[in-house]
Amino acid sequence: MAVTKKTNTQLLFNGILNENPIFRLALSMCPAVGISTSLMNGLLLGIAVLFVQVASSCTIAAIKGLIHPRIRIPTYTLTIATWVTVIDMVLAAYMPEAYKAMGIFVKLIVAFAIITMRLEMFAAKNPVIPSFWDALGMGLGFMFGMMTLGFVRELLGAGTLFGHEVLATRPLLFFILPMAGFFCVGFLMAVFNYMEIVFNRIRSRKG
Amino acid sequence: MQNIKHYRMFLWSILIYGLIFSGCTPEHRFIKKAVFKGTNRISITFAGPVDKKWAEDLKNYAIYEKPDPDILLTISSAKVTDDPCTVILHFEDELNQDKPHVLTLKEIISEGKSIGSAVITVKKLYLGYLFSILIGAMLIHNFVFTKYLGLCVFFGTSQKKSTAIGMGITFTLVMVFSAMMSWFLYQFVLKPFRLDFLQIVVFIGMVSLSVQAVDTILRKINPALFKAFGVYLVLVIANCIILAVPLILADNEYNAWESMMLAFGAGLGFLIALFLMSSVRERLEIAKVPPTYKGLPIAFVVAGLFALAFMGFSGMAIF
Repeated sequence: MAVTKKTNTQLLFNGILNENPIFRLALSMCPAVGISTSLMNGLLLGIAVLFVQVASSCTIAAIKGLIHPRIRIPTYTLTIATWVTVIDMVLAAYMPEAYKAMGIFVKLIVAFAIITMRLEMFAAKNPVIPSFWDALGMGLGFMFGMMTLGFVRELLGAGTLFGHEVLATRPLLFFILPMAGFFCVGFLMAVFNYMEIVFNRIRSRKG
Repeated sequence: MQNIKHYRMFLWSILIYGLIFSGCTPEHRFIKKAVFKGTNRISITFAGPVDKKWAEDLKNYAIYEKPDPDILLTISSAKVTDDPCTVILHFEDELNQDKPHVLTLKEIISEGKSIGSAVITVKKLYLGYLFSILIGAMLIHNFVFTKYLGLCVFFGTSQKKSTAIGMGITFTLVMVFSAMMSWFLYQFVLKPFRLDFLQIVVFIGMVSLSVQAVDTILRKINPALFKAFGVYLVLVIANCIILAVPLILADNEYNAWESMMLAFGAGLGFLIALFLMSSVRERLEIAKVPPTYKGLPIAFVVAGLFALAFMGFSGMAIF
């Protein structure tokens, strides 16, 4: 039960870079492969996950004293399910088109491993304020990952960004196809690994 | 003990009888069977030879699709085949074979005397339809490779064949169990009381409950099996497929048999995907992979190749 000693900014950047949910922890891969075909989809699902993550982290951090340890996992699941129902109904009411494009994935946020993991690892042991920053970092990290994927796939596959034409051509039409998500995630992960190797090499040379 | 056995036999025979005969029973003694042929034909087999003049008069037939009796379908021709007991009706448009069609035959004349009118229902063979749902969920719309669901667990447990098989079997078990319970709750509690908006909460609760139930039952009944598969039970909750199936069932209004087939197919499809992937990953262990691609990145590329291969199933229709 170690209460974190990191500052709020450190918590925020921890989620975006060091423990990026998609590229580093490799959690919540389903939406990353399934619907990252455009930048807009990535942004919207990112916002939805950010909301659910922050709301349920704060809820659990606030009521953690009342939860019996043996039923903590069902409690987490039901808390997340409640917040997902909220965002599901809000999106269906105010953004019906985007909601249709994301399909079943909004409802499936409940089953995303990243949210439950953050509740178990962080929110259950820390007060509300650090939990909020940690959740914000994780949510932004997820959004960043989804948007990177969406950016690459939309730019290379359709030559557009947010639906506006950027390139006159379509360099790699293949990337817009649904199953290219697997290849795209694989390639981007390899790029991140390569960056890490190069970064470590530079640092060891300096040290 | 003997009694229990008989009771079981009785239950099974009712079940199988119901499955086989719920599909294709014509309701008239003179009509043996009526089935769809091709995309726009219906073949009717009578118990005896029918009068050719009567059979080829289109005014004697009226047919509509089950929910709306006002819209009659147009028949373009009716022909008696070489066998005088069989009549084939041709339609102008393609028939929607997923829905039952009601066919009225007026004053059937056979060998000079009238047999009376008949109203029969033409349906697709139900077992075939169920089988097509099973194969569809397993291969054509494989949840991992064509719907991109359940990937966290898929990549997490596909490193070794033994793990893959254990996970796949456990998952199939829990999947069928929880999908049936969710279906029951949705049809008989959520829908009648207009509580549809609670879908997500109820379904995920159902999943946790059934995982807990399978855990307890397995521990008591078969400790050896529990020892082998117990570790995978926790992972089942983190799998999106287990939540996606009840949602799909609720959207499509499937009945109990169809729901069971879809759940079973989803589980088997996941097992197949895991087994294929683990076979490749065991081989990858000894392959020369560039250091940046070691581990997950190359697994993703392999999964992409599998997804490409599974695209070959798309657009396939069985029965």
